Amino acid sequence: MVRAQDRKFVSADPEKCVGCVVCEYACSMTNDNTFNPAKSRIRALRLGPLNNIAVACRHCEDPACVAACPRDALRQEEDTGIIVVDEDACDGCAWCISACQFGAMMMHPDKKVVFTCNSCKDQEDGPQCVKWCPEEALTFVTAQQLAQKSRITAVKNLFQESKEKKAASK
Amino acid sequence: MFAYAGKILRVDLTTGKVSTEPLSEKLAKEYIGGIGLGIKLLMDNSKPGTDPFDPDNPIIYLTGPLSGTLGPTGGNSYAVVSKSPATGGIGNAESHGFFGPDLKRAGYDAVIITGKAPKLSYLWIDDDKVEIRNAEQLQYKTVKETDDMIRIELGDFYIRVSAIGEAGEKLCRFAAIINDEFRAIGRAGMGGVMGSKNLKAVAVRGTHDVNVANMDGFREFIKMIYERMKGPATKKYKTLGTPENVLVLNSLSALATRNFTNSQFEGAEKVSGEWLNEHYVKKIVGCATCGMRCDHIAVVPEGPYAGATSRLEFECLWSMGPLCGVDRLDAIIEAMRITNEYGMDGISIGVVVAFAMDCYENGVITKEQTDGIDLSFGNAEALIAIIHKIGKREGWLGNALAEGVAKAAEIIGGDAYKYACHIKGLELPGYDLRTLKTAALGFSVSFRGACHLRNGAYSPDVKGKVNRFKIEAGRGKMIVPDGHVYNVIDSLIVCKFSRGTYYDGNKDLANYYTLATGIPMEPDELNVIGERIENLARLFNVREGKGTRANDTLPWKIKNCPVPEDGPAKGVVVSDEEHQLGLDEYYAARGWDSDGVPTVEKLESLGLGEYAYIVKDRVKGGKA
Repeated sequence: MVRAQDRKFVSADPEKCVGCVVCEYACSMTNDNTFNPAKSRIRALRLGPLNNIAVACRHCEDPACVAACPRDALRQEEDTGIIVVDEDACDGCAWCISACQFGAMMMHPDKKVVFTCNSCKDQEDGPQCVKWCPEEALTFVTAQQLAQKSRITAVKNLFQESKEKKAASK
Repeated sequence: MFAYAGKILRVDLTTGKVSTEPLSEKLAKEYIGGIGLGIKLLMDNSKPGTDPFDPDNPIIYLTGPLSGTLGPTGGNSYAVVSKSPATGGIGNAESHGFFGPDLKRAGYDAVIITGKAPKLSYLWIDDDKVEIRNAEQLQYKTVKETDDMIRIELGDFYIRVSAIGEAGEKLCRFAAIINDEFRAIGRAGMGGVMGSKNLKAVAVRGTHDVNVANMDGFREFIKMIYERMKGPATKKYKTLGTPENVLVLNSLSALATRNFTNSQFEGAEKVSGEWLNEHYVKKIVGCATCGMRCDHIAVVPEGPYAGATSRLEFECLWSMGPLCGVDRLDAIIEAMRITNEYGMDGISIGVVVAFAMDCYENGVITKEQTDGIDLSFGNAEALIAIIHKIGKREGWLGNALAEGVAKAAEIIGGDAYKYACHIKGLELPGYDLRTLKTAALGFSVSFRGACHLRNGAYSPDVKGKVNRFKIEAGRGKMIVPDGHVYNVIDSLIVCKFSRGTYYDGNKDLANYYTLATGIPMEPDELNVIGERIENLARLFNVREGKGTRANDTLPWKIKNCPVPEDGPAKGVVVSDEEHQLGLDEYYAARGWDSDGVPTVEKLESLGLGEYAYIVKDRVKGGKA
């Protein structure tokens, strides 16, 4: 039994991500054996050259997408947190797409049912977008790890700043 | 077909007629795609003597066989080919970013656009659905505004747009086409051709799959290239970027300054890549599907241009900086930003302004003619002011300069021609040809006019492989092979920054091609294709009266203004004697006649026999 806080998802570091969409191509190559960002389960967005981020399903606790589905076509896997789509039950109504705050739920262009990140669970070495990301901006992490990383960075900055101030005052 | 879309789209803007035809595998293999296929299609779809701004001059958008794949740099590219309003010969340029892959996914290897829309329009390619839409609301909008407004109108953030700004609409002869805010089909005035067709933009959304022939092999191959991109072959582009060249060239007396008067710049430190990165670069980003990061995004933190943001590369930094005597990076960043907004070639614009400054300082134009702008070298405010005037074609001088230096010199008259630094009508890029003489020879024979990207002839000079102060025996032959490589690179449309990652050269590139397309390709065949493209481009120029020795010239200052600085370069110019010697050798090495025209035998050996009439007609016509 995996605790909810130990579930991993793909997360992008906004400082490192440059919006190059390598992740999108790696995803469609892995999951659909073709090159087509419209079939990617992770999408990158560039809002001007300085603002880039890639977004994939964050495997939320009590996910809004599952709650929104009127046909019970979505369920969350207990261990992994992955949202599983019953493609026979899904009729492509897009309620779940409206419900997701991250735009991580998408309509498949051929199948006309929704799809989202499956953490490449069939791949031995995990999510392939993470493996291909040239910036090492993507990580497969838990929420705890993300929090720790931010905390460590914040503390480092704090001490770095005070050091620099001291050096400057000398 | 794999990797190729297998389809060519034709759009006639005059009649609104849209049609498609298949791309044959034979044509695909013989010309690859990109500029190779583009030059072939231009040759076969245009009449001799057509004015570049005539509706009958086709403008051709092309993808490459790798566009739309995860292949680094090849995956994200497109090219444009047309008859150049700057040179009257072949016009070609390539751009990366995000636009190209969508054009491929929409299903096209090439889009041949002819005619002229009755009113300002844009082309909307939504997979198989192609529509010519009204763009009157976009008149004189910047490239960025055009991009945003089209995506809002069509309701999809992920639509990709390739657009012109005000300069293109006003038929500036060095107007660019720009995609993704700062990625340009920069050189040879392709934006002006768009403007002449009342075509403001091409917007595209492609949702089809792109499939390669051998997915497993392709995946392994590109994984290797991505790994190599993390290594030394691309280090320069990921660290200081091309502005690293500022101090390197300055130390070689090859940093052309004040319109090729000096070869060293006293302000070089202040406009160096080192200074730029320390004080202005906020983030280094990249194109789609690329393992390198080369886009140095510079932001001005304070002062009159605070907030100005632009990507900055060496060539444009040089043309608007040292070449204009300007040592202020904040002004150069602002100049680059507005140049992109108007949609102009960032190399040509600086050479044009430097030309105007030289004319001004030498009394060829007066302050009255500049509308009161003090166009002295080093005046950063004047640089910005005159760029605005050129972008808008405002005033007598702004209007003249928008024609490019060659035609502007004719309009201005007098001694102005002496200060016009161009070859075949295209402004010089950032290398002092007096002290880099292999480059001088290479640039003079380039089919698109002055260009450092047609044969990389500056490389042996800068690397110290030759006596760079003299064109000696052997030099003409030396620059031939790289010309072929560069033609192949621009037909596969892989980025030239990535050229160092193909450790095995043509062997790697042939393998890359075959894995993607399934079409067998040997390394030597690529060399032949490169040569075929070179000859076909030259033939086009011959057909248009721009492809003989008389056109392979060097600018007046390069031949007549000795380098003034003390040191090994002092007093150097390129003499006509050494230049002609280099041309003799180059033509001989190419199997061309002494006038620089391909022989019938050469054409037949390259499978270009069908064009022999161009050479024969010329002989019959008795033209020298």
